[in-house]
Amino acid sequence: MSFEIPIGPQHPIHVEPLMLRLSVEGELIVDVDVDVSYIHRGIEKALEVRPYIQGLYLVERICGICNAAHSLCYCLNVEQLLGKEAPPRAKYLRIVVEELSRIHSHLLWLGHYFHTLGFETLFMYFWRDRERVMDMLELITGNRVTTAYNTIGGVRRDLTPEVEQKLRRTLDYIEERMRYYEKVIDSEPTILARTQGVGILKPSDAVRLGVVGPHLRASGIKHDVRLDDPYSGHDEIPFNVITWDTCDCYARVKVRVKEVHECVNMIRYALDHMPSGDYRLKIPPFFKAPPGESLSRVEAPRGELVHYSISDGSDRPYRYRVRTPTLANLLSVVEMLKSRDGYEVYIADVPAILGGIDPCICCSARVVVADEARRRRTVMTLDDIIRISRDRGVERR
Amino acid sequence: MSMKVPGRLLAEALKNLFRKRATILYPYRELDKIHLPEGFRGRIEFDRAKCIGCQLCFRVCPAKAIEIIEDEKGKRPIFYIYRCIYCAQCVEVCPTKAISMSKIFENIALRKEDMVVR
Repeated sequence: MSFEIPIGPQHPIHVEPLMLRLSVEGELIVDVDVDVSYIHRGIEKALEVRPYIQGLYLVERICGICNAAHSLCYCLNVEQLLGKEAPPRAKYLRIVVEELSRIHSHLLWLGHYFHTLGFETLFMYFWRDRERVMDMLELITGNRVTTAYNTIGGVRRDLTPEVEQKLRRTLDYIEERMRYYEKVIDSEPTILARTQGVGILKPSDAVRLGVVGPHLRASGIKHDVRLDDPYSGHDEIPFNVITWDTCDCYARVKVRVKEVHECVNMIRYALDHMPSGDYRLKIPPFFKAPPGESLSRVEAPRGELVHYSISDGSDRPYRYRVRTPTLANLLSVVEMLKSRDGYEVYIADVPAILGGIDPCICCSARVVVADEARRRRTVMTLDDIIRISRDRGVERR
Repeated sequence: MSMKVPGRLLAEALKNLFRKRATILYPYRELDKIHLPEGFRGRIEFDRAKCIGCQLCFRVCPAKAIEIIEDEKGKRPIFYIYRCIYCAQCVEVCPTKAISMSKIFENIALRKEDMVVR
């Protein structure tokens, strides 16, 4: 006898609508159905009626956290249509801002993830340190969140030596803090109990389902767009692709923590080897792109981001398509949530597993527990689900 | 796998008891602690004397926050701050540097007219 539990569309751990229909037998989840069709905003259509320069600012607003990745991908796409390439200095500056926003995204995710697991102290520390990164983004680009830094043919501002000095100090601070957090994560019983062996995704399943980004690397597969298809001078900058082979939620935490170290090193290298010269090409605000199509890929904080556009020779795209990393990762949630032989998934593990993919769908959530046999519906609040989730952590310890 | 050490954060938590507060008491006190960097993109400021009426700002604005009106000096833009997304594309495109961005970030008003820059 199985019951169906809908989680969402307002969902338990993230501020975005996603519908999970869980079929449960007792506490065990046996089947899942995912529905993401709640926030169609019509951005692709809106891009078709705007000149390229206006589209740049619309694209940034697809996702607030990875706005630097979206605008970079858009700029690369349009530059490819125009047959132009950003100057070397612009490429390095783009890397600096891209990696800074990756640090901020990973710190945000780590904080939020531990909050979901009931570890509020670590959540506070991560977010406090993230604030330093946000200040740096504000200093470099002029705004904390929507940076508006990339533009077609380069970047919009140069990096001054004073800013560079402050940035280096922040990097030192972040590096030191991350070393400490890594020790905490490795030894804290609460975290280990809630993440180890939870949400296993085998490498073969990860490849079959087309998983991308840190989520894929946590399944032990070395894949990174920055390595496979260096899009902004990444071939000149040495970095390690972090993988972890335990394939569980713990691996996802470890990969992201270690990636922050890599980001710090990449920014340092970019600052040390910053080429001189122009930081943007002179491209007029209004232009007509030659007919053709182009595809650009960027390693956003959550994984591979793909933009595809068709131009018909006018001043706006004929068709624009965006494939975000979360869409690629969502199917793996179904795989991870299904109980199989010797692998049990409980309702209390849902926040830990769903949070593990860093979903960005668009909050405070409630869960309706529908007991079809008795025709009764009870609404669970966010607090309820977090409470049962935490009790489970205590049980395991 | 490393050893489980319960209460690892305890030392850190105790240390933080004696540290300075990370937040600021924003809306009422400690306003001097807000440090906005150079080049911060805040409320638009417009120098009407410098404007030549080329309407480029109107054409680039992604939020349609700029409207062109006709007055005694010809075609001039007016800026609706409540629609502005602070991208500073109009600042970048202005040939005479008539538009600039201030450090004012508290863009709230009780009357709609206060949110229009002319």
